[in-house]
Amino acid sequence: MTSSSTPRVVVTGIGVAAPNGLGREEYWKALLAGENGIAELTRFDASRYASKLAGQIQDFEAKDHLPSRLLPQTDVSTRYALAAADWALADAGLGPDSPLTDYDLGVATSTAQGGFDFTHREFHKLWSQGPEFVSVYESFAWFYAVNTGQISIRNGMRGPSAAIVTEQAGGLDAVGHARRTVRAGTRAVLTGGVDSALDPWGYASQLAGGLVSTATDPEAAYLPFDTRAGGHVPGEGGAILITEDADSARERGAAHVYGEITGYAATFDPAPGSGRPPGLRRAIELALDDARLAPDGIDVVFADGAGRPDADRAEAEALAAVFGERGVPVTVPKSLTGRLAAGGGAADLASALLALRDQVVPHTAHTTSVPEAYGLDLVVDRPREAALRSALVVARGRHGFNSAVVVTAPTTA
Amino acid sequence: MTRRVVITGIGVRAPGGSGTKEFWSLLSEGRTATREISFFDASPFRSRVAGEVDFDPAAEGLTPQQIRRMDRATQFAVACTREALADSGLERDRLDPYRTAVTLGSAVASATSLENEYLVMSDSGKDWLVDPSHLSPYMFDYLSPGVMPAEVAWEAGAEGPVSMVSDGCTSGLDAVGHAVSLIREGSADVVLAGATDTPVTPIVVACFDAIKATTPRNDDAAHASRPFDSSRNGFVLAEGSAMFVLEEYEAAKARGARIYAEVGGYATRCNAYHMTGLKKDGREMAEAIRAALNEARLDPTAVDYVNAHGSGTKQNDRHETAAFKRSLGSHAYDVPVSSIKSMVGHSLGAIGSVEIAASLLAIEHGVVPPTANLHNPDPECDLDYVPLTAREQRVDTVLTVGSGFGGFQSAMVLHRPEVAA
Amino acid sequence: MAQLTLDDLRRVLIACAGENDGVDLTGDILDVPFEELGYDSLALMESAAAIERESGIPLSDDAVTDADTPRALLELINGVAVA
Repeated sequence: MTSSSTPRVVVTGIGVAAPNGLGREEYWKALLAGENGIAELTRFDASRYASKLAGQIQDFEAKDHLPSRLLPQTDVSTRYALAAADWALADAGLGPDSPLTDYDLGVATSTAQGGFDFTHREFHKLWSQGPEFVSVYESFAWFYAVNTGQISIRNGMRGPSAAIVTEQAGGLDAVGHARRTVRAGTRAVLTGGVDSALDPWGYASQLAGGLVSTATDPEAAYLPFDTRAGGHVPGEGGAILITEDADSARERGAAHVYGEITGYAATFDPAPGSGRPPGLRRAIELALDDARLAPDGIDVVFADGAGRPDADRAEAEALAAVFGERGVPVTVPKSLTGRLAAGGGAADLASALLALRDQVVPHTAHTTSVPEAYGLDLVVDRPREAALRSALVVARGRHGFNSAVVVTAPTTA
Repeated sequence: MTRRVVITGIGVRAPGGSGTKEFWSLLSEGRTATREISFFDASPFRSRVAGEVDFDPAAEGLTPQQIRRMDRATQFAVACTREALADSGLERDRLDPYRTAVTLGSAVASATSLENEYLVMSDSGKDWLVDPSHLSPYMFDYLSPGVMPAEVAWEAGAEGPVSMVSDGCTSGLDAVGHAVSLIREGSADVVLAGATDTPVTPIVVACFDAIKATTPRNDDAAHASRPFDSSRNGFVLAEGSAMFVLEEYEAAKARGARIYAEVGGYATRCNAYHMTGLKKDGREMAEAIRAALNEARLDPTAVDYVNAHGSGTKQNDRHETAAFKRSLGSHAYDVPVSSIKSMVGHSLGAIGSVEIAASLLAIEHGVVPPTANLHNPDPECDLDYVPLTAREQRVDTVLTVGSGFGGFQSAMVLHRPEVAA
Repeated sequence: MAQLTLDDLRRVLIACAGENDGVDLTGDILDVPFEELGYDSLALMESAAAIERESGIPLSDDAVTDADTPRALLELINGVAVA
């Protein structure tokens, strides 16, 4: 598939908005320090709900980050996306005085839930007050393309752009699409995923999946790969990354090259009841092939870590099948943020790139006892220093989405 | 060597009839299928006309369980997938699951089910704090609509890359463009690609009312969609879906498939200008058209027919006309340009795929569908918009374009495989 | 209802569309085009809808589009010239 002439695609900027940290370094420090972003939901009175915890971003004042004109027209998720985009572009040196302009720059983001809090308010206005109360902004603040469109407009990015929806695999699929777009000739593509649905209706709808933990202890509600695993906690936020043609980054003297996107693949599970094998292992193997790496070329895996025994077992089996029993360190730092829907894979990719930079694997906080049968070398208790050259990031979405991305540390030659 | 991509199967559900055949009859006869909204009491709304599809999921062969769990838009997509697969002659059992992918476009996804469930949970909208005891088990899937392409994947037995492309009103073009990339890069050999949207529901009608993008011409529903006419005053909201079978060309040829067209080129750009507004100059759409023609290695003069976005808003019609002149030069004045939205309305994210279907059928039948309801063109729209009646002519190459909220501008070139250099 | 004042209009504009950086809405803006104040057609549609709901006065689409300054919009709403 790839040839020697295929452009190499690197990451030159990172912006993170997560429940335990706003900004790349704040988030990274919080992961390494085990700071928990999961707490009791405070956006509304959730006393009637079976679950009451969420990974909420607590200290984001939208007006400190965005112009006043954008506030009435944006959902909370779009505000996070716009702020994270600003940080990522500034990090990459592609902010207001960017040397790349116009068609040089594209946008490919993912959201699983759209501007849900915003649209809930408009549904409420329509049905409690009447059509004339519905905002003009509802026509776009809700839809799944809104983050891509608003980021494009705010930053003058006119290159090929898209919004990808693949449930919780979306953050990685957006990155795969960004790489494809850069390879086809766009110099840089802003990518990643951001989500939020913590309004009363959005939160209830997340519970409807039947996969959310009913535990009340914020440190024991989302325990990926733990014997006590009993569901996950919904969170909000995500990450925005700048993917760029490696030659372009070098030519303009980009301040950072966090790593190269060396492999990507997506597969889908067979229809329920078909008896065919699930697709996760295949996604991992295809991504490794794409990166031209053997399993022993992967130094750490950022796993999906659903936090349910059946799904955890399935992922552990796929990892053991590819890497062998305890063949590679595995971690799920999202135990500190909750699952961020499409934001989760993107945040994990940011974590993986920072792990490559600092040669340290953030741990899976709160998980303490991993079933022996999983055959996993799960990094628990504290971060682990290690020589890291390539990392695999895995994300799964409900109903069968499997995505895998391989990132490799920049060569210092 | 670049892998070439062709379309070998079509399925359509659009206003005015079910299936590709009825769809083409409507277009080629220049009939319109817009009408007064019948799905709910639209009297409180500013725009009360729509392109509704008479769709009976049970008659389509969907099981009661499928009907219960699937949003209406998903039902459309599954029905179209069946039709497209049957049309292609590819049997599901002969598809390699690992080499089969799905790209489904949709702008507002499961809007119909979201609204229905909202009313149940909020005491008909009275309560801000919804009642979790009235929570449908399917509500998660209406919030997070990954299930829509998943249902298509299950229908086709696809286990390759599966995704939804949601770029507003260019979703239907972009989903097929995405599918072309998957085949060219080698990630799949066959893709079920297309789009679906069923937005004729109060919340969507209300939000387009608010920005006055839809027409208030409620007294003449059948003639309410008037792209390029000086009397046009907004688009007509509609439902629709179209799905296609896309294949690698050599494989399609080897199995003796009927090939509707090759996807020669596709490109998308953003205007980075405004979430809903368009600049008059059409610069970014022109750039997308140039890039798509360039990818297809065709000169503007090769284009025999332009299937326009033609939504029937003043700003679109002028923007688009400028974009055609900018990208096609003097050929813009020679080539027939038409908008099928004049007949089937604007089904948001679906329409790009519905328009691809129209483009393929124009090539197949040698007929350019007309722009209905076009009696007095806007003086600023001075191209050949094929008013009122279809035109018989050989069509080898079609340019189809779309424009969407968020600033998306997309273009696709479809042509007979033998046109390629 | 009482006549809508420039202060009322400022309040509605800020609530419906925010304020543009670098624009002083507290100054004498009666004759400054909305475009210069940083308000686009969506901002004005959202604001006009809020005024219609508050005042009960229906405003025609075209008239709102044609009112390109605060003075013109106030005159449209109040039906009299603004001093």
